[in-house]
Amino acid sequence: MKVVVVTFPGSNCDQDCHRAVELSGGEPRYLWHRERGLSDADAVILPGGFAYGDYLRAGSIARFSPAMEDVIAFARQGGPVMAICNGFQIACEAGLLPGALMRNRTIRFHSFDQYLRVETTDTMWTSAYEPEQILSMPVAHAEGNYEADPDTIDRLEEGGRVLFRYVDATGATSEEGNPNGSARSIAGIMNEKGNVMGLMPHPDRAMEAVVGSVDGRSVFQSLARYLSGAVVR
Amino acid sequence: MSRYQLEVRVVPRAGLLDPPGKAIHHALHSLGYLGVKDVRVGKAIFLQIDAPSEREARGNAEEMCRKLLSNPVTEDYEVSVLGEVQDGTDS
Repeated sequence: MKVVVVTFPGSNCDQDCHRAVELSGGEPRYLWHRERGLSDADAVILPGGFAYGDYLRAGSIARFSPAMEDVIAFARQGGPVMAICNGFQIACEAGLLPGALMRNRTIRFHSFDQYLRVETTDTMWTSAYEPEQILSMPVAHAEGNYEADPDTIDRLEEGGRVLFRYVDATGATSEEGNPNGSARSIAGIMNEKGNVMGLMPHPDRAMEAVVGSVDGRSVFQSLARYLSGAVVR
Repeated sequence: MSRYQLEVRVVPRAGLLDPPGKAIHHALHSLGYLGVKDVRVGKAIFLQIDAPSEREARGNAEEMCRKLLSNPVTEDYEVSVLGEVQDGTDS
């Protein structure tokens, strides 16, 4: 699988994503925000960081970069786009995913390992997980509080498009298990076609035991499985 | 063509949690301003726009709000024209 990792000025997880693709047997390459060209790409990753300093709103300026024009066209044609953390914020601003990421309700920047629950395995992004598997992944964000109007959230739920939820150590959704205050504890979603996924936690930083967790591997393995032609959905 | 000074206010939509507003509310209470019942924090963006008329300057700014300056999911905006800028001498 050939995976393009878009680097914006201020991205800081592009190298983690590059390595995560390599570790998953794929061929990564970087695309600078001013460059164009995704014709060889099987998938695209929008990595974490602080694109354009997160000025105005996180992701609001990045969405207008030349590379994003190509990413938006790629996504509209059904190309897989994995949008992690700041990438999720950019994807929402670009209209690739519904809703918005607001300031954490604690006002603090959250940087810790967070429990998540896999809500569906019937997607190209989660097929390698076990149903309701509990994961631990790092989170690192100040604006991770997912918000959308209730109808939009109902449509996400009904369509099986909530992929991950924040949970506590017992694996249950709860007030304390949802530190940033996201609507219905949502940590990760996908678009209607299922080809664009956004999540705030970092699978790219949970790839090797030496960094504390390997729970992110299955996201990349799911994608690799999908791209290799195995039937997923 | 004239140059207009505009102010754009972007505020979190009513009803949505505004964590910075809440923090400032707490801080004001701890300073003894117990009469403060609500605080909401937004942004003020000042623009100078060259346009043939005040109406068009305002229209431009409203378009900018929809495209970039505000997020329609979580924020409301308000555009005010503050006045005309005299030929580069005033800002």
